[in-house]
Amino acid sequence: MLIYTYAAIAVPFLLVLLLVRPAGWYLAKAFDYNPTGLDRLFGPLERLIYRIGGHPRHNQTWRDYAVSLVLVNTVMLMLAYLVFRLQGQLPLNAAGLPGMRPDLAFHTAVSFITGSNLQHYSGESGLSYLSQMMAVVFLMFAAPATSLAAAMACIRALADKPLGNFYVDLVRALTRVLLPAAFVLALVFVALGTPQTLEPAVTAQTVDSGTQTIARGPVGSFVAIKMLGTNGGGFFGANSAHPYENPGALSNLLQIVLMLLIPAAIPLAYGRMTGHARHGRVLFIAMGLLLLLLVGALLAAEHAGNPALQALGLQQEQGSMEGKENRFGVAQSAVYTAVTTASETGAVNTMHDTLSPIGGLVALISMLLNTVFGGIGSGFMNVLLYAIVAVFLSGLMVGRTPEFLGKKIEVREMKLIAVTLLITPLLVLVPSAWAVAAHADTISSPGFHGLTQAVYEFASAAANNGSGFEGLADNTRFWNTATGVVMMLGRYVPILLLLAIAASLSVKRLVPQTSGTFRTDTGLFGVVFVAAVLIVGALTFFPVLALGPIAEHLSLWQR
Amino acid sequence: MATTISQFVHQLPVVMKQAFRKLDPRLMIRNPVLFVVEVGCVLTLLLALAPDALGGTTPGWFNLTVGLILLATLLFANAGEAIAEGRGKAQADSLRKTKAVLTAHKQSGSTWKTIPSVELRRGDVVLVSQGELIPGDGEVIEGLALVDESAITGESAPVIKEAGGDFSSVTGGTRVISDWIKVQIASEPGESFLDRMIALVEGAKRQKTPNEMALSTVLISLTLIFLIVVVTLPFYANYLGIRLEVPMLVALLVCLIPTTIGGLLSAIGIAGMDRVTRFNVVARSGKAVEAAGDINTIILDKTGTITYGNRMASEFIPVGGAALGDVGAWAAIGSLQDETPEGRSVLALMRQLELYYDPAVAAGGTFEGFRAETRMSGVDLQDGRRVRKGAVDAVKQWVIGQGGRVPSDLNDAAEQIAGAGGTPLAVAVDGWICGLIHLKDTVKPGMRERFEQMRQMGIKTVMCTGDNPLTAATIAREAGVDEFIAESRPEDKIAVIRREQAEGKLVAMTGDGTNDAPALAQADVGIAMNTGTVAAKEAANMIDLDSDPSKIIEVVAIGKQLLMTRGALTTFSIANDVAKYFAILPALFMLAIPEMQALNVMQLGSPQSAILSALIFNAVIIPLLIPLAMRGVAYRQVSTERLLRRNLLLYGVGGMIVPFACIKLIDLLVHLWV
Repeated sequence: MLIYTYAAIAVPFLLVLLLVRPAGWYLAKAFDYNPTGLDRLFGPLERLIYRIGGHPRHNQTWRDYAVSLVLVNTVMLMLAYLVFRLQGQLPLNAAGLPGMRPDLAFHTAVSFITGSNLQHYSGESGLSYLSQMMAVVFLMFAAPATSLAAAMACIRALADKPLGNFYVDLVRALTRVLLPAAFVLALVFVALGTPQTLEPAVTAQTVDSGTQTIARGPVGSFVAIKMLGTNGGGFFGANSAHPYENPGALSNLLQIVLMLLIPAAIPLAYGRMTGHARHGRVLFIAMGLLLLLLVGALLAAEHAGNPALQALGLQQEQGSMEGKENRFGVAQSAVYTAVTTASETGAVNTMHDTLSPIGGLVALISMLLNTVFGGIGSGFMNVLLYAIVAVFLSGLMVGRTPEFLGKKIEVREMKLIAVTLLITPLLVLVPSAWAVAAHADTISSPGFHGLTQAVYEFASAAANNGSGFEGLADNTRFWNTATGVVMMLGRYVPILLLLAIAASLSVKRLVPQTSGTFRTDTGLFGVVFVAAVLIVGALTFFPVLALGPIAEHLSLWQR
Repeated sequence: MATTISQFVHQLPVVMKQAFRKLDPRLMIRNPVLFVVEVGCVLTLLLALAPDALGGTTPGWFNLTVGLILLATLLFANAGEAIAEGRGKAQADSLRKTKAVLTAHKQSGSTWKTIPSVELRRGDVVLVSQGELIPGDGEVIEGLALVDESAITGESAPVIKEAGGDFSSVTGGTRVISDWIKVQIASEPGESFLDRMIALVEGAKRQKTPNEMALSTVLISLTLIFLIVVVTLPFYANYLGIRLEVPMLVALLVCLIPTTIGGLLSAIGIAGMDRVTRFNVVARSGKAVEAAGDINTIILDKTGTITYGNRMASEFIPVGGAALGDVGAWAAIGSLQDETPEGRSVLALMRQLELYYDPAVAAGGTFEGFRAETRMSGVDLQDGRRVRKGAVDAVKQWVIGQGGRVPSDLNDAAEQIAGAGGTPLAVAVDGWICGLIHLKDTVKPGMRERFEQMRQMGIKTVMCTGDNPLTAATIAREAGVDEFIAESRPEDKIAVIRREQAEGKLVAMTGDGTNDAPALAQADVGIAMNTGTVAAKEAANMIDLDSDPSKIIEVVAIGKQLLMTRGALTTFSIANDVAKYFAILPALFMLAIPEMQALNVMQLGSPQSAILSALIFNAVIIPLLIPLAMRGVAYRQVSTERLLRRNLLLYGVGGMIVPFACIKLIDLLVHLWV
């Protein structure tokens, strides 16, 4: 029995391993400015877009690139905000839902444009079909396209090529990667049982002659880009735990694969584009092993069950089933949880609030690391950040001014990196301290668990993950505004800083590689990289984790 | 070791005075990591006076202890810097004394006026006679003198200085011990070599080097991160109904921020410069030393650096049917009174080949030294026979002039030697040319191994020589350099440097002559020989007082060591945090959350003793590491991969384990009281 369970767990990872190389090859190809075979395939569609919007042909400076990125995102944010506010007056509102409150509309719009998909509303009762399609799905395409573009610009800069043009990259991310794949996947999800309709909810007569409202809608197309784009926002409030959003084992498997596919392919595309294929592979393997570690820890924690329930006579042999779907079971829920937090997708097929304390800890750490593949583009940019930190320290230790891909890391880059390293601690620790101090009343379970709830919410916002620990009364002005601001800063500040770092490295002279150069394509570098991620990325959060999940675990098991 | 300790005890009062002086917050703010410690120190000391000022419940003695440990931390860090600075201080003082007594005989019109040396300007001409100190840096424009430069170089053998050529530059503070010279002063007051050296050894003009600045930014970032961590912690604790005491939070903060490397960073930099100085190389800036660690290519002159520069006899080749023994014997007889290295080497070769000759034949003969006109040397024996050795065509003419004949195989043999990169010397007795001596330039012992080491370090060596390509190729092969430039002119060196730099490489070179100056300036690291010209020294960013061109290799090693020391101590400092967390966090929460005892993996005695132990470790580790910071971490010329693995194990893994053991041990002691 157990062996089948674990074989089933292995399948999505093996599939990713199988697909990731061609995917990496494809990504590198799709963003190559030299003519490729793909131009013939996508040329007509892209030409049409360029005919409408103009064809920017010049390479941008990093400043121009950054300004374009922020500008385009701001316009999209405002459009989505308007749709959410005005949905009551707009068509395709069969349920007659009113417009959102300003703070919730702001939060929701920010949440989707940043790829976080933190939801302080419930899909069934909060959004019209028009909002779901015009605002939510639209941003679900725009957000990963934006971060993928930014990552590609960084990679080009590191490859000693011109940075590229944001508009071209954005169009290519959509036409060559997200749209075609999402189109096919939507059909697959419909085939697997997710509904795709514009008809309103149906009212069903239950056997005990009660009535039940069964929500439905254009779910298939929604789920495809939700998973592929590491977005994670649910069409329904229950997200991927809802049978229409994640009907069964196959859809669950497919969702896990999709969350990992593009993020895991980027390091390989990076290796190919920079001509350091081995270096890209080392990063991929290092992150892959970290992911397996996280998955293993979560599985162990959930399988251990809950001693308090055990004491009450509830069997815990299967592990902790509290808050989990029966059709997924402990193993599939745990794997899904680890992958969704590590890849910063944020879709959930289980209630994270009822994870065991250690399970919650692992989910929290996965988000805080934000490098175990991470979200599309933004995760990889974080990886670059830690890789540069690792190179800086190890370069010093072999007695050379550190070089990253042949470029010297000097004061300017380290200043920018120093600022980037500050972002996550600042965005997670300060607002959650504020929340527990001034808004303790919004936390449902006081004590260690309550602290975890608050920290989880801000970690999810800062890392643009979007999964909720839940248990917070979070649709308040404080939570909407605070997490909204955190999501925005957590998204754009690192992107802009990393663009600046990459651009600053790209103007430097290439230092030739000699036997004295510290190599970044060895297992040893992988070890240093992982150490940098764990020590710099996780050491910071040890105190708060000790007071939250660790204290909860200790008090649960020492009773 | 004993001397180091006695020296240390001797220095202690000065060092401690300096350490206290450096507590001045206006100086301290330049090191943000230590500044945070200082603020914490003041705060806890105030809380020692009024323990309940912030509503705290920790006893006054505890606050006082924390405050004092923090003060000790600061003093230790300051002492490290002071010791590093103090090393150069004594040298600077003696140099300054030299400077104070300098007077000059300045030419004004046709008379000489005696003035203090500080009034000398560039372009003034001074007369320096026997026994006097040269008042300033300059160029000899007239005369020739023996100069004792030991004040600057520590080398006791005097050197000849004369107008014109490559031996015309003199340094202020050195003494003329015979004859006189007229010197044209080349530097303005306060800018002389002596001034620069004083400033340098004192570390007064020290600026942060680029890499030091990059590292400081990271340290500041880590400090800010942990500041955020510690400042937000009481809010979380408060939510859980736990009170956190201010002195405990200060202790946590100080333990987490990278005080070890923060406290030792400037000491490492100063000590690195000092290591270069002790090596008798004067670096103009720390930046140059750092750059030396990054060198990809070194350009070396062949003569004097790679080879001895004098040609040594390596083979006797008989011609015209003569026997090997004849050639050797006559060559030896002709060289018995020849003190040149060539002459000595002929006798050495005889011994090596175990050839016999009769020294009695030469007894009473008249020695003819080598002259440029004759291009021969030799001896006129008492029995009337004349023995000559010298350039082949010169000897040929001499033999023909005496009616002798030239063996038919002479030219072939001579060409063969030249073809192998050697120099042929013909040996003749009266009208008979009996054979050739094969003179070879000899590679200094150990050079081959050094170049091999450099290759492992990823450094390419380029040899420059005025020799013809054949000779150059032979020497290059023998010495194992990667590349050579034969018949090189000064412009060629610049061309090589530019070519390498265009590929993004950093180039180092050594030079002495005036015509080396442009190349020295173009190189990223240019080391001028102290015997060299003023122009060369001006253009270089380091000056080797011993004038040993091969020293550049050690300078590279020192540069690397400097960076490695920084990297190793940073890694150590960050790795220490793991253990400190496990000491302090349980201590903070154990009373309110008894389950937290599980995190007290070191089983520390009590919360207070745990915190004090972690703090004491944090303070004491600084002086313990001062010797390492001064000396630099061990540098071995092995592959980067092995070097990194070694340092990671030592300072990364070691840095994680060591504090667990140390804090536990300290706690065993501290727990006796608290």
